[in-house]
Amino acid sequence: MFGNKMKNTEETACSSADVVTIIQPDSGWNIINFKELNDYRDLFYFLTWRDIKALYAQTVLGFSWAIIQPLVQIVIFTVIFGKVAELPTEGIPYILFSSMAVIPWTYMSQALTQSSQSLLQGSNILGKIYFPRIIFPITPILAKLIDFGISLFIVLCIMLYYQVVPTWNLLLFPVLVIMMMAVPLGIGLWLSSLAIRFRDIKQAMPFFIQMLMYTAPIVYSASSIPEGYRLLYSLNPLVGVIEGFRACLLGTPIPWLYIWPGALTAVLLVISGAVYFKRMERIIVDVI
Amino acid sequence: MNNRNLAIKIENISKCYRIGLKETIQDNLFNTVVNFIKNPLKNYRVYRSLYKFDDVDPDQDTNPSDVIWAVKNVSFEVKEGEIIGIIGSNGAGKSTLLKILSKITYPTSGQVTIRGRISSLLEVGTGFHPELTGRENVYLNGTILGMRKKEIDRKFDEIVDFSGVEKFIDTPVKRYSSGMKVRLAFAVAAHLEPEILIIDEVLAVGDARFQQKCLDKMKEVGQHGRTVLFVSHNMPAVTRLCSRSILLDGGRVQHDGPTHEVITSYMNSDKCSKAERRWPNVMEAPGDEVVRLCGVRVRTYDGLVSDVTDISQPVRIEIEYEVLQPGYVLRIYYHVINEEGIEAFLPLDNDMAWRQKPRPMGRYVSTSVIPGNLLSEGRYFIGPTIRTENPSVRRLRVNDVVAFHVIDSMDGNGARSDSVGHIPGVVRPLLKWETQFSPKEAHAEKTEV
Repeated sequence: MFGNKMKNTEETACSSADVVTIIQPDSGWNIINFKELNDYRDLFYFLTWRDIKALYAQTVLGFSWAIIQPLVQIVIFTVIFGKVAELPTEGIPYILFSSMAVIPWTYMSQALTQSSQSLLQGSNILGKIYFPRIIFPITPILAKLIDFGISLFIVLCIMLYYQVVPTWNLLLFPVLVIMMMAVPLGIGLWLSSLAIRFRDIKQAMPFFIQMLMYTAPIVYSASSIPEGYRLLYSLNPLVGVIEGFRACLLGTPIPWLYIWPGALTAVLLVISGAVYFKRMERIIVDVI
Repeated sequence: MNNRNLAIKIENISKCYRIGLKETIQDNLFNTVVNFIKNPLKNYRVYRSLYKFDDVDPDQDTNPSDVIWAVKNVSFEVKEGEIIGIIGSNGAGKSTLLKILSKITYPTSGQVTIRGRISSLLEVGTGFHPELTGRENVYLNGTILGMRKKEIDRKFDEIVDFSGVEKFIDTPVKRYSSGMKVRLAFAVAAHLEPEILIIDEVLAVGDARFQQKCLDKMKEVGQHGRTVLFVSHNMPAVTRLCSRSILLDGGRVQHDGPTHEVITSYMNSDKCSKAERRWPNVMEAPGDEVVRLCGVRVRTYDGLVSDVTDISQPVRIEIEYEVLQPGYVLRIYYHVINEEGIEAFLPLDNDMAWRQKPRPMGRYVSTSVIPGNLLSEGRYFIGPTIRTENPSVRRLRVNDVVAFHVIDSMDGNGARSDSVGHIPGVVRPLLKWETQFSPKEAHAEKTEV
């Protein structure tokens, strides 16, 4: 029995020798350690849970807020841009037209805002413990998906009211959701690490969000952009996401010309954001 | 083989910070605004320079003046299963070293090699969220510390049991008392099972009984062959837990050896061997917005400020402080620690005049008298602490601010009698000895009768 115990301790000694950490000065370029991220996947789960629970704690309406917020926005847009300004919507009822855009937009703007503030808000944790820093900007991207899921209910109701029949276009939905997540992820990676060094980001955020909203076809239709500028316009990944959602849910022809350039931008944003984040990761604690 | 038994190998670690950021002071709002508008580029360069260290080299003395070295050329090795204490005064580089070892920040130069899974506890309850329940926080905190969900599931009952908050485990943590929060947080930390554990002063929390529980737990961790690095100001705890210690001073290793040697050399360094310490500027003194320390003095029985006292004479310890916010009940006490780092005793202020009374603003001097013929020879260090009740918060604690030397004049009347050698023991009271004597014959008669 004693011999058995000895063997056990030897085994643990062996396994410990396998895990070797080397801490060195900043070497500049690093790539994301996906194995490490996978080791921390439970942390993703609990941080997401924390974000969701903390947001709705001590509210009377709780998760209903995930519906009320976009709903109010849709009503405002419908009244102002649909009834007063009477913007053209290619014949689609304005409320249907704007709800398809407001739902993904609400997700993207909220996830983006939170992701870009994530490192600043987590600064007290950052200075006390190590875990892959990239978890911070990614968490809001996941947490906000719950709200997005709930708010889809609005779209469903409006579609039922207008008796929109689902088509095979719905198959595109998961792809669009991924693209919709990639936008705030890419920008969030950039801005969260920049915001650590330059608090200007925090000040500029509300303008930036507002600006983004008007660059995207949320209150107006992408077809109102002059033909010659459309390629340039569709480099904005928001255009592809929103026009894509409309086509996907309403069954209109899928606007690939809007989606492809935007998807390309989104991928570039995520990759460059990840590279920049990894580069800044090591100095975060020192400059925060 | 020898190499394989090393848990941590630290080679020439240095870390510098730029204190830079010398801001030009503007005397009015207008100029401040103008300056901000004029200088975005300059601001950018300054911020950028904060983390660029191309121009510094730890081996040379000609470094830019705005660079400070928190840790400089530190090297040492830790064997598997060793429990090492890291001591040093404030600003000696202890925390920076720990942060490098726990991957929170990176060294400017040098390399650390760590064999085995490592966990660091620079704080208990990192990431606790007030809106989440105790149960949720156990999981959140546990995963932040690097545990897997499965692992926590397995240990959950044990953790809750250790913390003693079973009844409130599904209550949001914001309703907990601060003591309950700390106990729950420590319970999570205590159930980590890394091969290497780094701990920073976490014992400075909770009540005495809980602290003892924590110390026992750490001892247990050490006995399981795990490597522990323990940073503390608490010399008695270091003495009890660690066989080897490292003294840091000014970012360098000053002493590395058996704990009692290292602590003796720390205690005898100039840093803490004065009979009086003052903080002339209240705002820079230890403390917070409620109370701040103004000075601590040691007086001999004749009223002189002196760091030498005779063993048979009483010593007066004066703690002077300023109450900046009225209405708090204060608890004042100090640690008396000898040069081996053993806590001799802990006197608490029991002055009836102020007990349980909220104090108005103003200056106070709390004086206590340590009677003569109590402490044994040697040097003693005083570390005052002031707490408020309601809320129970430690407002200030300074370690070893003043010291005094107890000497024995060896006149034969003292407790040492005619002995001249070293006498062990923290206290040396003068006891009343009596001898009963019965002459041999008388004794024999008595027993016969």
